[in-house]
Amino acid sequence: MNETILQVKNLHTSFFTDSGQVMAVNGISFNLEKGKTLGIVGESGSGKSVTAYSIMRILADTGRITGGEILFRGEDITKYTERQMQKFRGKRCSIVFQDPMTSLNPVFTVGNQLMEAIMLHTDKRRGEARERAVEMLELVGVNEPRKRLKQYPHELSGGMRQRVMIAMALACEPDILIADEPTTALDVTIQAQILELIQSLQKKLGMAMILVTHDMGVIAELCDELIVMYGGRVCERGTVDEIFYNPRHEYTKGLLRSIPNINNMKERLVPISGTPINLLNLPKGCAFCARCDNAMKICLERLPDEISINENHKASCWLNIKDMLAAGKEVEERAER
Amino acid sequence: MPNGNLLEVKNLKQYFTVKTGLLKTASLKAVDDVSFSVGYGETLGLVGESGCGKTTVGRSIMRLYEPTGGTVVFDGKEVTAQSIMPLRREMQMVFQDPYSSLNPRMTVEDIIGEPLDVHKLYSSKKERRDKILGLMELVGLNAEHATRYAHEFSGGQRQRIGIARALAVNPKFIICDEPVSALDVSIQAQVINMFEDLKEKLGVAYLFIAHDLLVVHHISDRIAVMYLGKIVEIAPAGELNGNPIHPYTLSLLSAVPIPDPKTVRKKNRIILEGDVPSPMRMPSGCPFRTRCRYATEQCAIECPALTERGAGSGHMVACWNR
Repeated sequence: MNETILQVKNLHTSFFTDSGQVMAVNGISFNLEKGKTLGIVGESGSGKSVTAYSIMRILADTGRITGGEILFRGEDITKYTERQMQKFRGKRCSIVFQDPMTSLNPVFTVGNQLMEAIMLHTDKRRGEARERAVEMLELVGVNEPRKRLKQYPHELSGGMRQRVMIAMALACEPDILIADEPTTALDVTIQAQILELIQSLQKKLGMAMILVTHDMGVIAELCDELIVMYGGRVCERGTVDEIFYNPRHEYTKGLLRSIPNINNMKERLVPISGTPINLLNLPKGCAFCARCDNAMKICLERLPDEISINENHKASCWLNIKDMLAAGKEVEERAER
Repeated sequence: MPNGNLLEVKNLKQYFTVKTGLLKTASLKAVDDVSFSVGYGETLGLVGESGCGKTTVGRSIMRLYEPTGGTVVFDGKEVTAQSIMPLRREMQMVFQDPYSSLNPRMTVEDIIGEPLDVHKLYSSKKERRDKILGLMELVGLNAEHATRYAHEFSGGQRQRIGIARALAVNPKFIICDEPVSALDVSIQAQVINMFEDLKEKLGVAYLFIAHDLLVVHHISDRIAVMYLGKIVEIAPAGELNGNPIHPYTLSLLSAVPIPDPKTVRKKNRIILEGDVPSPMRMPSGCPFRTRCRYATEQCAIECPALTERGAGSGHMVACWNR
């Protein structure tokens, strides 16, 4: 039943800049199952978008995947040639970007861009591609699709443009949709429309989705499972309920405490102290330890292993290991007695 | 604290002339007949979607634009183009983007000191420096960094510099235009807490303009909701969240993604159809009627005024049908 469609294994991605090697992603692993939604959450610079771009292999010129594997149905796409990648993109895996203003080409009509995507990945001819484009625009709820095809991106509103982007991403019925902050640039009422749309389309088409966002609210709405990233590593992973109601990494706990929630309206927020990490200069130990209130000596020196909290939940934090050791010790002592 | 209101805005109108063709122009009603007040030491949240005119309200109050109509009375004095300069000692503004609102060629010391220079608020160089260092400490910046430039700071720290600059003249009122939306969530909370601390310590009042309803609800005493240049509902924060009346407020609140999976599963969402109409082609009557499910014929004819629901509740709504 549960078919793993994408497997990322120990992925490392760096950017080689004049000021040094920016280690954006440092050993990320996850599995994506068919029809499921995986959320990747983290603040700017946590490596969440870079992970998404690495899967599509659309990194900036200075960026390179320096290690690890990305297996799509068992095939390592990091070994693909650019030609193979072109087939993979769009047809197998598509991406919707954050900013619908800059991700459409302003000098081509909407129809032109949609049909380009369709004709590139299928053997449909112009007329058929146009019909398919109309069909897709209808699917994503754009009114008067035939008229829209002749319009330029600037003639559409932000929400409409994002719908066009989604239509384009879904036109070739990909197996995986990567949504990189798909609603961050939109207003809340439009955001609600787009989230609803994404959710219903996913159900209809049965694709798997990776949702990259910093908004815990959007995560709570859409995701089945969740990865929390910090400093290019996974701090914690698990089902949405486990992460929200039983966070076991200090960063996740801090993140959840620092957002206003309907239940804590009159309480003071508890911010995470300090500033986000510098990826040029990663610490030896846990990336979060400089901002962690409960950091121990070992946190500075060694990376914690990822340990299972339960079958739906894993975290990489020394505190959990300490707790377990303490608990384990107690058990032993009792046994001795 | 004195009785009455610190800020009274009455029938504020801000129209812009927009070129629509070679010789044609049209009038864009960014703010259309908006009235509200802010009490001493009070935080009024102003929410709405992009293009609803919330930023323009803030800027018109500060006279960054010359309003088309209406009056603004601040602390008993009417704000006019002539009287604004001395009044800017008492009202200040914090901007959304901490990257573009600080001059990259000035040191932090000079950025924070500029309002002191403009309003001549010191008698010696030492006093100026002491004031600046005091302000930096107040907003949680390291005083040793006074000689650094803005680009050497992170987003959250830059926003603190912007806030220190606003506080330099010891204002009674600060207009905060989306002050936390450019910041990461973990940093947002630091800045929100600082706003709350400063309010307690210095008794400043805020007009807190933002689109994030959870943040606004957290920080505000009262909240005003704007749609297409008009205020459609004003109420105390808890009342607005617990008992929203205007159909737009209802859908706005239901659209907010709530970071709590269990609540989300129970929630019934009201999804609005369509987009916000262009402010160049405003619908007749109530601006919200084109997306409103309660709309009747009356809504197309006349725009409803804000009326109080329940005497003394402070809950004002502009709607014919609810």
